[in-house]
Amino acid sequence: MNFLHWSEQLNVYLVIGALLFATGIFGFLKQRTLVGMLISGELILAGASLNFMAFGHFRAPDPVTGQAFTLFIIGIAAAEAAIALSIMIAVYRNYRSIQTRDLKEMEG
Amino acid sequence: MTFTPDNVYALISALLFAGFVAVTLLGAIVAVAARRLVRNVTGLALSFVGLAGLYYFLHSPFLALMQILIYVGAICVTIMFAMMLAELHEEPRSLGMAVLVGVGSFLAACAFAIPLILLVRRSAWMPPAAVQANAGTIEDLGRALLTRFGFAFELISVVLLLAIIGALAVARSGRRSKP
Repeated sequence: MNFLHWSEQLNVYLVIGALLFATGIFGFLKQRTLVGMLISGELILAGASLNFMAFGHFRAPDPVTGQAFTLFIIGIAAAEAAIALSIMIAVYRNYRSIQTRDLKEMEG
Repeated sequence: MTFTPDNVYALISALLFAGFVAVTLLGAIVAVAARRLVRNVTGLALSFVGLAGLYYFLHSPFLALMQILIYVGAICVTIMFAMMLAELHEEPRSLGMAVLVGVGSFLAACAFAIPLILLVRRSAWMPPAAVQANAGTIEDLGRALLTRFGFAFELISVVLLLAIIGALAVARSGRRSKP
């Protein structure tokens, strides 16, 4: 595999996407705060959208499809981040902590 | 290897690509492994800048710009603001527990990564499409968004509106009840 042509190969992008996904899984299990888990979730989404982009560019008959899908993923991720952060602020107001360990009780 | 202009351009392009890949992966590692949340968010921003570069190499400059605008410019800044509002900090875990959790998480991540990479290496993907419907330019993307993907496009704007209203409602509730 020639180093000069790595940017034109589907497999390179797929491996990067898989590594991003695995990094996200690692962070999701390791982090103990809600913000850390949100960051890891964003990394997982990034890995998925890189896969869509790569397949859309190299294999799909219509290259627009992958780009549109990635745009929708970005939109969903923005909505998710807004909701998750507002929940974190509400949780912090009630518990004075966002450590996942401290959030054990459920109250109405 | 002789240094004709074509060779030099290919070399520069390959080096840029390698740089973007390195920034993406290193940023991702910083984003999950750093102990302070500020560094995590900075790593995430770095990783997304690298990812935008990769999108550029995939011939979609619009997506690269959107990646930087929305992820780095909006989401990372919002996370940073939320951290400042809530004064978030991570308490250090005892050393043995930290090592245990780290090794466990690493093994779990490997359990996902290694099969995926083997799958990528082994599988024979279908051949590239012989006829492309369009060139995948910004113009084609805009046309597709307002015709074929019109319904999804409208739906996602409703989702974003509801997310804004929901975020305001959730963050506001209980504001007066507890001092």
